[in-house]
Parts: sequence; C-alpha cells; structure tokens
Amino acid sequence: MNDFTPISALVGGALIGLAASLLLLTHGKVAGISGLYGGMLRRGTSDRAFRFWFLGGLVVTGGLVKLMFPAAFATTWSATLPVVLAAGLIVGFGTQLGNGCTSGHGVCGISRLSVRSLVATATFMLTGFATVFIVRHLLEGSR
Amino acid sequence: MKRNAVAFGTGALFAAGLAISGMTKPSKVVGFLDISGAWDASLAFVMLGAIVVHFIAYRVVMRRPAPLFDFKFHVPTRKDIDLRLMLGAALFGVGWALGGFCPGPGLVALGGGSLNAVVFVVGMTIGMLVEQVAARALARRKAD
Repeated sequence: MNDFTPISALVGGALIGLAASLLLLTHGKVAGISGLYGGMLRRGTSDRAFRFWFLGGLVVTGGLVKLMFPAAFATTWSATLPVVLAAGLIVGFGTQLGNGCTSGHGVCGISRLSVRSLVATATFMLTGFATVFIVRHLLEGSR
Repeated sequence: MKRNAVAFGTGALFAAGLAISGMTKPSKVVGFLDISGAWDASLAFVMLGAIVVHFIAYRVVMRRPAPLFDFKFHVPTRKDIDLRLMLGAALFGVGWALGGFCPGPGLVALGGGSLNAVVFVVGMTIGMLVEQVAARALARRKAD
C-alpha cells in the first residue's frame, strides 16, 4: 500500500479547491458534501434542486471516470459489505451530528480558518488513525 | 436552468479532483490513516492542494457583496465548540476508517458502479435520516 503519489494528490486537491471556490462564487455555498447531501434529504430545504444537480455532477462524473479511466477506482483494499454498511451508517450519523466531513470541515472550513472546523478535522483524523490502528494492527494483526 | 448547469459542472470538477488525487480508492484513504503501517501521505497533499487554492480564492470571492446567483453568501459563522461537533467528528472518523469512504468519494464511486460504494451510500443515507429524526425529536422535547 506504500504508493505515495504527491503530484497527482496536489493537482487533484487543487481542482477540489477550485470547485469549492467556484461554488462559493456562483451559489455562495460551502462545498461540504455531507451537508449538501443531508440537506437534500431533509424536509423543507429550499435549495434542493441546486443540491441535486451538484451531487448529480459527482455521481455522473464517477460513471464517466469509470468508462475512461477505470484505474481511478482500482483499490487494493476493500472492507467487507457488512463493514461498509456499518461505516456508511456511522459516517451518515456522525457527519449530520458534527455538521461536516472532509470537504466541509477539512477543506472549506480550514480555508476559512474556522476554529470549529480545525477542531473537527483534528478529531476525525485522530479517531480515523486510532480505528485503522485497532482494526489492522490489533484485531487483524497484519504488518 | 443556468444555475443548475453550473452546479452540475462544479460537482463534476470536484469529482474529477477526487478521482485524479486517488481519493476514490479506499486503499489510498486507509493507507493514509494507517500511520503505524506503510504510511501513504497522499491524502495530506490532497488537502494541502485544496486548502491553498481555496484559502486564496475564498478571500478574493468574499470581497464581492454577493455571489453571482444569490443575494448573499451562505457561509457558517458559528465559533462554539460543543459536544455535538466533537462527538459527530469522532464518529465520522471511525466510519471513514472502517470503510475507506467519506461522503464525496462515496458518491463518485457509486457513479463508478462500485457495489461497496452503493452499500456505503445506502448506509450513509439511513444514518443521516436517523440523526435528523433524532435531532428533531430532541428539539421538540426541549421546546415542551
């Protein structure tokens, strides 16, 4: 798994930052994916159409990337389906409770120097490190 | 019409960034979170690239009185660190590490036809609805 790719990471990251900036310039909204998706689910959200189209852009592009560059999804590790389901439940509940994820807190919030987002990002990084350590090194005992 | 097309295009650009950076592969995400294993620092560089661009662009854009398609900006202004934020972020980190997906890459990989991503997004949707229903019930009880 030791395949460090700093150049493509920086280039891709810059595009993510650019997309977040364009969303702010045009719609005045924060490009937090969990917030946009959660708001689309919530009753009484006024800007559902905008959320639907932005998130639709994510999903449709996923399909195009699969057709043109399938290697983008060539993961060398996958969780089992029951674990992925549990992961989804926890991510869904946690991001709604904590008002954000890697994009909303990690990218947009830190760029604004928001203290809430800095604290949230440090917290989910720490519990992420701890979870992988426990699952991979204590429970599975690999490496 | 134009607004929705721009929203779609912006989402597409965001997804392209995730795909180029390798974040649509759960192995890259978990490789980053595996600090005591064969650590893959790529994810930190994705965040660095995104933050540098958005840090600068945010300051330029916010000089405008309003965005192009709205009469005001919708940027969070809260500064308080509460239990909800800490607990929510802590839980998110656990789920992120277990599945190797966060919401953005999950949706992109769903479009790419990954069964794991489909299951992840189904779980995420249920998890969000549960939190929203619970939060509404709590707010109602507090109001009584």
